[in-house]
Formats: sequence, C-alpha cells, structure tokens
Amino acid sequence: MIWQLDLLILSLVVICAVVTIQLKDLLGASVVFGIYSFLMCLLWAEMGAVDVAFTEATVGAGVSTIFFIAAILRTTRRSKD
Amino acid sequence: MRDIHEHSAGEDLVIKTSVRLLVPFIQLFGLYVIVHGHYSPGGGFQGGVILGASFILLALAYDLKTSQDYMPIWANALLGNLGPVIYIGVGALCAIFGGLFLDYSALDVLIPLGPVEWRSFGIFLVEVGVGLAVMSIMLLLYWNLSSGGALDEGL
Amino acid sequence: MKALALLATLVTGALLLYGTRDFPAWGDPQAPASAYLSPVYIEKAVEQTHVPNIVTAVLGDYRGYDTMFETVVIYCAGMAVVSVLRRNREE
Repeated sequence: MIWQLDLLILSLVVICAVVTIQLKDLLGASVVFGIYSFLMCLLWAEMGAVDVAFTEATVGAGVSTIFFIAAILRTTRRSKD
Repeated sequence: MRDIHEHSAGEDLVIKTSVRLLVPFIQLFGLYVIVHGHYSPGGGFQGGVILGASFILLALAYDLKTSQDYMPIWANALLGNLGPVIYIGVGALCAIFGGLFLDYSALDVLIPLGPVEWRSFGIFLVEVGVGLAVMSIMLLLYWNLSSGGALDEGL
Repeated sequence: MKALALLATLVTGALLLYGTRDFPAWGDPQAPASAYLSPVYIEKAVEQTHVPNIVTAVLGDYRGYDTMFETVVIYCAGMAVVSVLRRNREE
C-alpha cells in the first residue's frame, strides 16, 4: 500500500464514475466505464487481491464493455436526459 | 465448416489476420487459467470468461456466422447446460456415495485416490463445470444482444 | 428538487464516510474478520485440500454452495436474456 498511488487511483476512479454518468454519448460512456473497471482492477491488485483483480479485468473491463457496445448498437447511441 | 477466407470481403485484413492468429492462444490461455487455478490466480469463472471472449472476438472481427461455425448454437446450448449439471452432479455423487453434498472426499470409494487428493480433484471438476457454464452463457449473451435475438447478423 | 437530491446524496456520503471510521485498518490482524476464521483456513487449507491457492480452496471446497449458486445465477441470467430476446427468423 503506497498511499500516493492509492490517492491517484482513487481520484481517477471518482473522475471516471462522474464522467460515465455525465456523458451524453453512450458509446463514450461505456468506454469510460471500461477505464473505471481497469482502475478498480489496479486497485484490487495493489491491495493484494489478485483473484478479484483478474475477475474485474476479464468481466468488468473485457466482456461487459462489449455487452454495452452490443446493446448500444441495437438501441440508440444518444442519451435522452 | 466453411473456409475462413470466404469472409474476407470488405473488411480489414489486418484485424482479421491478427484475430485469426490470436484466438488459439487466447483459448489456450483460458484453458490454462481453468486448469492452473489450483496454483495461481484464476479458476473456472475467469477462464470461462476468457474462453467466451475468444469466440466473441471471432464474432467481432468476422461476423456471427463465423463464430457459430467454430461454436455451433446446439453445442453452445449443450455446454451451457452441461456446466451446472457437472457441478451439481459432482455434489450429488458425493451425497450418493455416503458423504455430505459437495464433500468431495466421499468420492474416495469410487476411485481410491485418498480423501485429500479427492478434495483437490473435486475442486478441479467443479471448476471445469463453472468454466463451461460461464463460457457458453457469455457467448449466448453476446449473440443475443448484438443480433437482437435473431442470431444471424450482428456487429 | 435537484438541490434536495444533491443535499441527500452529500449527507448520505458524509454519514457513510463517518461510519468507516469504526472499521478496522487495512490488513489489521486483530480485526474480527481475520481473527476467527482466516487463521484456520491459512493453516489448514493446504493440509486438508492439497490446493496451494487458498482462494480456490475456499471458493471450491469450503464455500462450495456459494460457488454453485453463483453458477446457477449466471445460468439464470443467460436463460432470462434468451427468453426475452430470442426470436426465430420467420416470425
């Protein structure tokens, strides 16, 4: 645990979460959500929970981003609100 | 199985060639993650997701038909149902052979390996079940989401 | 209304942050979670299951029910997506 690295990753996590909510372009939002998942993966790996980090990298960043993109392809790319 | 070169019209050659070269290695890595979960980070869930992602990558670079050539719909459904059946079947076998449900050391009467070795091997059997289920469900989710349920054309 | 929602969010966040002050420190060996059950797993897992990765031993053996129903949950999610989305080409 290096607290400087922790602070950097956690602030980036918060920034990514806010950007994901605020973006009107849903494709961009899903890509930023992938970045969020990778940052969480980095956080888990840094805390020593390598199995959780592995799951987060494969499921959160890999497959769920593709699912979001596939769902956007079949619905609409612009958010209404 | 159709020849993979038939699908080369109007798509990027670099992406297709690199994906064709990458997919066997991704699948090998997925199998490694499942099998080597006893000794390193990983296990059935992560390895299953990696195996499913390799087929999703095929569907992204080519089309859904190509991924269905490599993993037919009926085989995918069969494997997806087989996964939970393996898991619950191993647990039920333990109960049938005199132990508690999911107490793998009870399977020692079936093949005498020793109770402790059976606990290790039972974990492996269960991880294989989880991997099969997760692989097919991930692929099934992608097929249905990207084609709107028709499973014919998608991304 | 939006200001009220922001106020509620901020107050809830502040309360949650205040609540984390009672949590044990990260990796504290005296914490309740690592004082009662974890030493048993760490000492006995390799001896009882011959699996060097303790996470796999806990997930597959000691918490087998948990992993089984996790698999069933994923299976149910797949079946739900199929039953909502799947259609035949003729219809």
